[in-house]
Amino acid sequence: MNTIERIKERRASGVSVREVVEPAVNAAESLNETLNAFLQIDRAGATKRAAELDASGETAGALAGVPVAIKDNICVRGLQTSCGSHILGNYHAPYDATVVERINQAGAVIIGKTNCDEFAMGSSNENSAFGVVRNPWDTARVPGGSSGGSAAAVAARIVPVALGSDTGGSVRQPAALCGVVGVKPTYGRVSRYGLVAFGSSLDQVGVLAANVRDAATVLSVIAGRDAHDATTADVPVPDYASELTGEIKGARLGVSRALLGEGLDAEVRASIEAAIEAYRELGAEIVEVDLPTAPYAIAVYYIIATAEASSNLARYDGVRYGFRAEESENLRAMYRRTREAGFGPEVKRRIMLGTYVLSSGYYDAYYLKAQKVRALIKDDFRRAFETCDAIITPTAPTTAFMIGEKVDDPLAMYLNDIYTVTANLAGVPGISIPCGLSNAGLPIGLQLLGPHWSEAILLRLAHAYEQAHPIDARPPVCAASD
Amino acid sequence: MKNGWEAVIGLEIHAQLNTETKIFCGCSTRFGDEPNANTCPVCLGLPGALPVLNWRAVELGARAALALGLQLNERSIFARKNYFYPDLPKGYQISQYDRPFSERGTLEIMTAARDEGGHARDWRPMTIRITRLHLEEDAGKNVHEGLPETDRYSYIDLNRAGTPLAEIVTEPDFRTSWEAYDYVNHVRRALQWVGASEADMEKGNLRCEANVSVRRVGSEKFGTKVELKNLNSVRFMQKAIEFEIERQINLIEAGGAVTQETRLWDDRAGETRVMRSKEEAHDYRYFPEPDLQPLVLTSDFIARVHDEMPELPEARRKRFMYEYGLSYNDAAQLTSEHTLADYYERAAQTSGNPRGAANWIRTELLRELETDGRTAAESPVAAEELGALVRLIDEAKISGKQGKDVLVEMFKSGKTAAVIIEEQGLAQVSDAGEIERLVGEVLAANPKQLEQYRAGKTGLMGFFVGQVMKASQGKANPKLVNEVLSEKLKA
Repeated sequence: MNTIERIKERRASGVSVREVVEPAVNAAESLNETLNAFLQIDRAGATKRAAELDASGETAGALAGVPVAIKDNICVRGLQTSCGSHILGNYHAPYDATVVERINQAGAVIIGKTNCDEFAMGSSNENSAFGVVRNPWDTARVPGGSSGGSAAAVAARIVPVALGSDTGGSVRQPAALCGVVGVKPTYGRVSRYGLVAFGSSLDQVGVLAANVRDAATVLSVIAGRDAHDATTADVPVPDYASELTGEIKGARLGVSRALLGEGLDAEVRASIEAAIEAYRELGAEIVEVDLPTAPYAIAVYYIIATAEASSNLARYDGVRYGFRAEESENLRAMYRRTREAGFGPEVKRRIMLGTYVLSSGYYDAYYLKAQKVRALIKDDFRRAFETCDAIITPTAPTTAFMIGEKVDDPLAMYLNDIYTVTANLAGVPGISIPCGLSNAGLPIGLQLLGPHWSEAILLRLAHAYEQAHPIDARPPVCAASD
Repeated sequence: MKNGWEAVIGLEIHAQLNTETKIFCGCSTRFGDEPNANTCPVCLGLPGALPVLNWRAVELGARAALALGLQLNERSIFARKNYFYPDLPKGYQISQYDRPFSERGTLEIMTAARDEGGHARDWRPMTIRITRLHLEEDAGKNVHEGLPETDRYSYIDLNRAGTPLAEIVTEPDFRTSWEAYDYVNHVRRALQWVGASEADMEKGNLRCEANVSVRRVGSEKFGTKVELKNLNSVRFMQKAIEFEIERQINLIEAGGAVTQETRLWDDRAGETRVMRSKEEAHDYRYFPEPDLQPLVLTSDFIARVHDEMPELPEARRKRFMYEYGLSYNDAAQLTSEHTLADYYERAAQTSGNPRGAANWIRTELLRELETDGRTAAESPVAAEELGALVRLIDEAKISGKQGKDVLVEMFKSGKTAAVIIEEQGLAQVSDAGEIERLVGEVLAANPKQLEQYRAGKTGLMGFFVGQVMKASQGKANPKLVNEVLSEKLKA
């Protein structure tokens, strides 16, 4: 399997960037017929970039010659940025997102843009205007969402790493359902400049990777203060990969029994219980934590995220770029018809919800109250982290479900985020790693949450587990051959 | 205004802050460039772009707030004001809402009623309560004419989108259109004075909206208010308010009721017209802007802005009256502009005669400047040179009348007064002996007139003065000539 480390070894033994990148592009193209993970595969750009890197002989960058896939809501200059929506249609970004600039600086080769739920709104990738992504472990099933294309591209071994975005679990949940690693950094750790906004106070760019070390390497490249994003913090960025010592003796791991109760699939629960035991064996101390406001997280999340989204998506009005409904009799009609035809049903649902909760007369009862509860959720976490270094939970309540299984039940779909949204509301980092397969052969994910800026500790804990319990060596049903 | 009625007026001013670059990106704020030349992903509202606050706008906003007597809030919050319009690229304007930049201002202005001819009578001080001054971004501009197919399309120029604005809102403290007029002029002058804004309504970098209602005198309750827009000059605003007051009074007296609505001033028709009614009013769905941190002003920052503030016009006017003995009107005129006040102070110091310098500037210099369309800062006659001229007159080197000609020449040639006096041989004769000699000659040459004078025809004094001046080729010091003549004629 191609990891960053293995690519580096191969490069050192004389393998060219082209020889690394070309098979990745080939795999992306051939597997896309089945998986639909990519919305754009940039063979020409990737080939040119590989040739340039080969000509320069540069091998020092942390991602030198590493093929990377980018979620289609992150701007890459010259490539499409559709956000999985008809309304952006054929929009091509004229500038690079800061994270793209940084991975390019580190020598990465972008091979394409990955499919996602429209404007990152969804937990199954069924909300993409360009068709559902299929789970490489069982192509009748969803890959999770919204970064389903990025997760599937990594799970199918097309690329070792991909960038996604996580507003309520959109990196971690598909990582869990596709059996890969997904990191959602602390809010403010990674620049959002060039990430198309969904819920601005919740959004973070995250990393999907085949293993913890690769995730750590990419995070070190993309993290850090950015002059273009006022919400990034000036906190030093460690070399996360060098923190992966395997040593976790004495680490205190918090467990909330309430989170392992109702609504959780029995197999997932058993896996998490086993993982907790595994951590105990690795020397971690298991402590009970209480998160009393956790049951309100989903409600709070769907108020704040939709409120922000209703405003963030106002710019898609057909005036300057993207799709415009033609031949409208006046401006109002142009707005209405453009947005009616351009947005899918889930996006419309959220715009309406968000508009409602911000409306005069409802603001206090919904938006303002949600902000108050959000503050309580933050407090819960602060208190919990006084007694532990990280909290362990399932990432998602079930393994990958069947395509079409939940499309008619938005609430059941929203509950998929029950373990992940709290991290976005509190602004704390989270990581999902594989913790075994179900009887049906589907990946199960465990989630670790830590206090602000604790990525190094989370990655070390995740890495220690990964070393002791590697995911089943069987590759997914649908994957590139090495 | 009709007897028994009272108007209640509140004003909203939008002033463009005088920064080089926009409030949330690095694009130039220059006026008059090619459409959309000064744009970037941020001010175009492209997907993924984020705002970053320009601190120069904060500094100038703080200056404006202090100049208008507002209290700066140590912590304020940017908020999104959501509405759809083609000149608003993000679908929301970044503004401030419930936690503004500055609040609770009290501002003393001078105001006066106007007579039929529009002349001010009886200036009096008045205190205006300013509710708030907050920071926000401007929108772009829709263009509906002058380009191809404007019957089917409109065009958008986003050069202005993201220009920093200070929105200044008053309490409903005005009772007449002239009070409002005097307030806006005061604000314009104050903003220009501290360098916060060019505050030029013609250029559109100061815009005004008025809320107007009427009520019976003695009534505590406010009437239904009407919002007035499209007030493109201070005079238009005054006229629009005047029209609106009368319209509302007539409406109510005729048994009607005022509708809450927005009306536009049509200057050609001389009337206000409905733009939109309350039913169509926007719900802006304000909420805190998540892309920007709360704006925190440290005590160091506030102290620095205080230190960098120039002396404000009112304070300077008072000081001119106290320190230089000027009248209210003279001091007010000389503090109407920052550069003029500076000019005056330098001239006053060189001249050693502050009141004389004030008179010369007000009556002579400003007229010459106005003819040329220049400001005091652009005067070809330096303040020190004007001061020197005043000193030469006070020292009787030349007469006041000659001084006026010399000043005109200074304007034209750029030469100093001393050089012009030297070149034109204008130096005044103030030698008593010389003047006595001239007087003796004149009296000897006009025995008839001398006899008539001594017989009581004292009106001939002017004749003798004229003769002496003529004999001296105009150089004799007239004061001295008078003195010597009076003496000799008595004998």
